Amino acid sequence: MFNRLISLTAAVLATAVAAHVAAANDVTHFALANGLQVVVIPDHRAPVVTHMVWYKIGSADETAGKSGLAHFLEHLMFKGTAKNPSGRFSQVVATIGGQENAFTSSDYTGYFQRVPRDELKAMMEFEADRMTGLVLTDDVVRPELSVVLEEQNMRVANNPSARLGEQMEAALYLNHPYGRPVIGWRHEIEELNREEALAFYRRFYTPNNAIVVIAGDVTADAVRTLAQEIYGKVPRVAEVKPRARPQEPAQEAPRTVTLADPRVAQPSVSRYYLVPSSTSARPGESEALEVLAHILGRGSNSRLYRSLVFGQAIAVSASASYDSTAVDATRLSVSAAPKPGTTLAQLEAAIDGVLTELIDKGVSGEELDRSKSRMIADAIYANDNQRTMAQWYGAAIATGASVEDVRAWPERIRAVSADAVHEAARRWLDKRRSVTGYLVKDARPEDKRS
Amino acid sequence: MKLFLSARRCACKAYALVFACALLIVLSPSARAVTIERVVSPGGIEAWLVRSPAPMIALEFSILGSADQDPADKPGLSYMAASLLDEGAGPYDAMAFHERLESRAIELSFRAGRDYLRGTLRTLKENSDAAFDYLRLALVEPRFDAEAVERIRGQILSQLRRDSVSPTHLASRNWWATAFPAHPYGQPVEGTLDSVPRITIDDLRSYTRRVLARDNLKIAIVGDVDAQAAGQLLDHAFGKLPAQAELTHISAAVAQGLGRRMVIQLDVPQAVVNFGGPGISRGDPDFMAAYIVNHILGGGSFSSRLYREVREKRGLAYGISDSLVWLNSSALMIGSTATRADATGKTLEIIEHEIRRLAQEGPTDEELVKAKTYLKGSFALGLDTSNRIAAQLVQMQIDKLGIDYIERRSALIDAVTLADAKRVAKRLLDSGLLVTVVGRPEGVMSRESATSKEGG
Repeated sequence: MFNRLISLTAAVLATAVAAHVAAANDVTHFALANGLQVVVIPDHRAPVVTHMVWYKIGSADETAGKSGLAHFLEHLMFKGTAKNPSGRFSQVVATIGGQENAFTSSDYTGYFQRVPRDELKAMMEFEADRMTGLVLTDDVVRPELSVVLEEQNMRVANNPSARLGEQMEAALYLNHPYGRPVIGWRHEIEELNREEALAFYRRFYTPNNAIVVIAGDVTADAVRTLAQEIYGKVPRVAEVKPRARPQEPAQEAPRTVTLADPRVAQPSVSRYYLVPSSTSARPGESEALEVLAHILGRGSNSRLYRSLVFGQAIAVSASASYDSTAVDATRLSVSAAPKPGTTLAQLEAAIDGVLTELIDKGVSGEELDRSKSRMIADAIYANDNQRTMAQWYGAAIATGASVEDVRAWPERIRAVSADAVHEAARRWLDKRRSVTGYLVKDARPEDKRS
Repeated sequence: MKLFLSARRCACKAYALVFACALLIVLSPSARAVTIERVVSPGGIEAWLVRSPAPMIALEFSILGSADQDPADKPGLSYMAASLLDEGAGPYDAMAFHERLESRAIELSFRAGRDYLRGTLRTLKENSDAAFDYLRLALVEPRFDAEAVERIRGQILSQLRRDSVSPTHLASRNWWATAFPAHPYGQPVEGTLDSVPRITIDDLRSYTRRVLARDNLKIAIVGDVDAQAAGQLLDHAFGKLPAQAELTHISAAVAQGLGRRMVIQLDVPQAVVNFGGPGISRGDPDFMAAYIVNHILGGGSFSSRLYREVREKRGLAYGISDSLVWLNSSALMIGSTATRADATGKTLEIIEHEIRRLAQEGPTDEELVKAKTYLKGSFALGLDTSNRIAAQLVQMQIDKLGIDYIERRSALIDAVTLADAKRVAKRLLDSGLLVTVVGRPEGVMSRESATSKEGG
């Protein structure tokens, strides 16, 4: 059960957090005999449900040389089964005015529908059917491969900043498959085919590798009955092995990457640090990194914005972020865009100044409290969005967290001390474990590096 | 089972301080209901209110007069003003203002559009007094300190520089500029690299003085607050605004350049295409039929004709859609897609063919039935957060749909016959398209009108 530590909270948040805690305690979690996990998040404000199926399989689980396969399969999952051929699932969702989509990350692949409550059973039947019943023909696979290539064009090839991001990821990871783009390298996407997609599907799409998250106007008991009746019938078709990806060696040399493109009208500099994720970190460490990233670079009260945009007035933007939800070591990123007249070298030196001060002196009690209050309020605001809640639980569990971990998140953030943030900065803002990327119009030496 | 939307009107009831009229929207045959109350504050400010148990308050509002009010030589003025309203107000400079908002987890922002300045506020319930006070300061006492003005100017210019080489922005910007020459809608809302440096603090003050007023204000609140408390918050936040705005009249305009195709060369692998023409205004009796026809052509679901022909069958694009856009002084149908260079000509051919075919033949009965059930169901399903519900209630006020619109909406959709849909398909889609293409499309060249040969 939840340990109430509300007396430690800033008074302004007490009531709201209490309400949030009440809501979070209603979240239930159970497993079926075939290994499928089910999470139920009640939200009775409207007669609507969000139904999500998460597979613990992402681009980092692909075989080397087959990048983009997890994402390509996600697209192909809409192509039908023997029971529900050629888009019938989507047609039913469209007929009722429902929303649906899917997403792929390094660690998971998810599918969701948002529909009237009474349609939940139908959605579960469709998802249970395509969990093992996918049928693919070359007639549907070939045009879909073209669609994915256009997606790659849209998201990456047409966008210099996204191209730099890909190069930086690849440079950050010396050994781990997180260095590969989720969408895949273009030359490898081009070679993907039906047989490979099906082989990947048969290996990883099985109830013992899936999590069903249902948020909305439902009760845990009703969902349990439906889940047993529908998902309970899906056979285990594969055994799931631990996700043992190649790990990073000791990183000893800072890297730099420069992407020059005549279409860069606004240069920028970014740095990725390799840091532990919520799953790979020691207790409390990931929470400290979350607070650190907030203090460093979220919004206009952050250290970076105040120093570079307000104080020195050499940047038009400056921010930091930390993506904690991952199985293996993840990244803390820092970025800024210079005002005209400031070189990237000057800007990078200013960023380093901010980082050094934080590493040397730590954070103040005032900024620690303000940041923690703001972060905890996010958890309350998340309750207002059914999909956000389902996504939050789904992503956390798909990367190795428990329902209890998610539920206790506000308490874990509240427990972060100034010392812990200082220690996280000292330990993890280590340039040897980083890559710095420069986005420039042309590769003049002065723009390239400090 | 369809999502059933119905509503029951209640009698309006006057209170001593707050006048409220509630409309009950039953979102399902079950007992739960969402009530829209019309609240009029003691100071005479009207808002639509939905009470919700979540420990927060979401507020959305709009004020008539935004980019359409920008001087012809200073596009981007209202956009810059909107970006500065939360950058220092009353006794607080920008840093102090942001610090106060964050320490209470208050989210406050403003954005300029073509016709309306819109504002969003989200706060935990216990901070609502402070939140509405910061909103008041931002609206009534924005500072426009030189530091903030130059900082925001720099950020806007930075974004404009990025946009100047973005195929998506170039396609859109050129489309609007060509459709509306010599009309405010032809100017970019965000301004230009030429205009933004010339905007002065006096310009910003003059805009807010002229436009921010109570007479064209539309407000909606969703949250844990009753009508009386809402009335007090409304008076506090908006009561100090002047009663009347001084707006420049904007003349009605119809999209120009139909039949024209503009190719803008940019060295990117994927060509971005915008296409469109005149739409049908929100108040037009044919609007709902047009809305349905547009859904069948290229609406948001995975089942539209354009989606099926361009993406599903041929894999030419990741996304393709179009939508009706209704503005105060014009109405449009605008779509977009992005496709590889060597397929651009073919993609354009398919888009033009499908639009022509729908104009000439109209939809099938089956398409009409499916579109109706989709549009009836999707409306409520799209209202998934407090702020989104509030924004929808503001839009309903802007569109003069009445507080009982949700009750009537399904019947309005059902009333559209196949004959209506066919007639309106022709009316909507038969006037030709203005097309902009940005990239290096193979074999696609600019042309002045549909009748001239390619290569012009």
